[in-house]
Amino acid sequence: MMLDIDTLNVWFGSGRDRVDAVKAATFSVARGESFGLVGESGSGKSTILRAISGLAPQWSGRMVVDGTPLTKTRPKAFYKAVQMVFQDPYASLHPRHSVDQVLGETLHLHGFGDIDARVVKLLDDVGLGQKFRFRYPHQLSGGQRQRVAIARALAPEPQLLLLDEPTSALDVSVQGEILNLLVDLRRDRGLTFVMVSHDLSVVGHMCERLAVMQNGQIVEVLGVDALRQNAATHPYAQSLLAASI
Amino acid sequence: MTEQTLRQWLLTDTPTSRRHAKLSALYQGWLSFSGNTMAMAGLWILLALLGIALFAPIIAPHDPFVQDLGNRLAPLGTPGHIFGTDSLGRDILSRLIYGSRITLYIVALVALIAPIVGLLVGTVSGYVGGWVDVVLMRITDIFLAFPRLVLALAFVAALGAGIENAVLAISLTAWPPYARIARAETLTIRSADYIAAIQLQGAGAMRIITRHIWPLCISSLIVRVTLDMAGIILAAAGLGFLGLGAQPPSPEWGAMISGGRRFILDHWWVATMPGLAIFTVSLAFNLLGDGLRDVLDPKGEK
Amino acid sequence: MMDTLLDVEDLWVRFPSRQGVFDAVRGVSFTLGRERLGIVGESGSGKSMTGRAILRLIRPPGIVEAKQIALNGDNLMEKSEKDMRAVRGQKISMVMQDPKFSLNPVMTIGAQIIEAYRQHNRTNHADAYAKAVEMLQAVSIRDADRVMRAYPHEMSGGMGQRVMIAMMLIPNPQILIADEPTSALDVSVQRQVLDIMDGLVKERGMGLIFISHDLNLVADFCDRVLIMYAGRIVEVCEASKLSQAKHPYTRGLLNALPRLDAPRDHLEVLQRDPAWSTAPSVSGRVA
Repeated sequence: MMLDIDTLNVWFGSGRDRVDAVKAATFSVARGESFGLVGESGSGKSTILRAISGLAPQWSGRMVVDGTPLTKTRPKAFYKAVQMVFQDPYASLHPRHSVDQVLGETLHLHGFGDIDARVVKLLDDVGLGQKFRFRYPHQLSGGQRQRVAIARALAPEPQLLLLDEPTSALDVSVQGEILNLLVDLRRDRGLTFVMVSHDLSVVGHMCERLAVMQNGQIVEVLGVDALRQNAATHPYAQSLLAASI
Repeated sequence: MTEQTLRQWLLTDTPTSRRHAKLSALYQGWLSFSGNTMAMAGLWILLALLGIALFAPIIAPHDPFVQDLGNRLAPLGTPGHIFGTDSLGRDILSRLIYGSRITLYIVALVALIAPIVGLLVGTVSGYVGGWVDVVLMRITDIFLAFPRLVLALAFVAALGAGIENAVLAISLTAWPPYARIARAETLTIRSADYIAAIQLQGAGAMRIITRHIWPLCISSLIVRVTLDMAGIILAAAGLGFLGLGAQPPSPEWGAMISGGRRFILDHWWVATMPGLAIFTVSLAFNLLGDGLRDVLDPKGEK
Repeated sequence: MMDTLLDVEDLWVRFPSRQGVFDAVRGVSFTLGRERLGIVGESGSGKSMTGRAILRLIRPPGIVEAKQIALNGDNLMEKSEKDMRAVRGQKISMVMQDPKFSLNPVMTIGAQIIEAYRQHNRTNHADAYAKAVEMLQAVSIRDADRVMRAYPHEMSGGMGQRVMIAMMLIPNPQILIADEPTSALDVSVQRQVLDIMDGLVKERGMGLIFISHDLNLVADFCDRVLIMYAGRIVEVCEASKLSQAKHPYTRGLLNALPRLDAPRDHLEVLQRDPAWSTAPSVSGRVA
């Protein structure tokens, strides 16, 4: 198992203001698998990703990544194995850092020596090429920015990639390009994906299994074939499916 | 390379090297700055001031310290003394020219100390949060609660009169607003996705603050500092006027006004000329600050 | 033939910049009857600019040029800014993407609706209140009295968008321009908001311009669709026949969508032809 989540609770605030965003979520993802988390806004799907990556500090339960149980603080080795791509490519790149700086700093932080060669290779891998290397985010389109964000996530050569609605801020045609890129990268590098989306057709395209979430709880886990055959059993999952077709 | 292709090279959307990208970004900023007439006027005045301070011994027609009691309180337009002379017969124009050195010295020192202290306190406070934030912000509040000139007076009284102590006193009272601004900016930046992204690379707090938060705070601080410069010059002049800043016979502008105060009814130019100098330089800093805000502040973009 | 409410002829929106003049909308022509007209395109295609230009809401340095933008034969291009203010809201209303940014955060919903109503009608407070409750009920808000007392931040996105629509309908406009009204909403809520708009258009005989990036949604919801690319209309078709669209751009957009019923390894990637952005705009006018 690449990822094993057992009765995960995540909450924000404390006392009377405490909001339970995720309640007793349990699922596991095999190595090389692509797993989808689907639900409407506020269902807690993104919060699960943030808890795995360590960005949501208040959680209880058990999370195991590649055999190692996660603690409250994450060692450097964790970030080498697990990386995340954010929803909004306009917000996930530092506005004053060029592509070269973004990738170079990431590689430096992970202790790579041959930074120049790796930056060149990363840009080629995500289909951007050298002419984008010294551009600033404001000189890039949304799709190009998301490619840079993917390159940054790939820089430490992770095994598990957390994708938080990676195409929902992009145009339809660009969404296709990014999804194709992700499919190719997963195949070439044997990556494991956990992908959050509100769009069932995107998850259906990208994932083998998915979990449907409602109000912080996973109401159903089903295979994508069952999804296609409209074989969801939980009423909420059925209604979500009906609204998406 | 001809003029036109250099321009194109600088305005390119596809820089080919780190240096090229930096130069291109600088040039774009310069273009939008130079399009602002008022800001350019401010810049020219300040460049002129810098030139005057630099070449004071060459430009000044007289020695600013030489007294000529036979020729005291000469009016404006007196041959050899265009701005007249003061109560000791010293040439006012020469004193203004040498005084620009003192003004620039004060401005440069305060501009170095106050914003840097403010930036450090504000960003650390905003990023780390928790009790660090509480402690640092209460200290800031304490400094904010003192009236600036009164606190400066107390410092100068304790440390002795003189330009250095005046600068120190002004800096000590000037940093809290910068800390406040830097903290407010940090709070919004802290929750941005690009900060989360660098946290996921295992970057430490110090690295995030200095490399990722500072570059975004600095632009608004620069704008604020240039806008505050007028106030700082006035505060320094105020201390000089009260006899707590520069000491006679130093040709500091505030001290010159103070010296001319006694004759203000009969010999108005003695106090007015340094007043006009302070006014011009303050105005220039304000104009420059407005122009810089348009260039640097990403929120104000049209 | 249906009557024409709005006739837009040769509309251009230009933005002068350092690198020269940028044309956001290039020579767009279309008419709007008592129908649901969809404008679809990707970001930067000029679809939102078209909507704003009709109301002359483009801020300087942007420039709007058109042979005519005729509302019931009355050319809006010749109107003064003061007259335009009477048109905006009274005759043509606009619903924006995110209700959070369109509502005043420190006023209750009720106060805002009542204010909007009394701007257009001289009535006392009690009448305005009754009318406001009626409006909220018209957009399927059940506990209207409670919503009247609520502040914008206390409402969900779907509720906020319904309130926006209710406010826009108060002056009984002839035309409603909806710019991505449902893209910030969840799928289930999306449907409800669309049904409300649909009902209002049918009951009141309004014209609706529905601006969206979502092809499937527009195909489902509208009567006629304009497809925009790089500031031009590249294709005009009946919404029900969108799946048989001919222009390679429209086809490319349709094929780029992942589909649950037709799994593929790779999605088709839209190959952009530079000729699309230079070809003249297709007219969306119905004579």
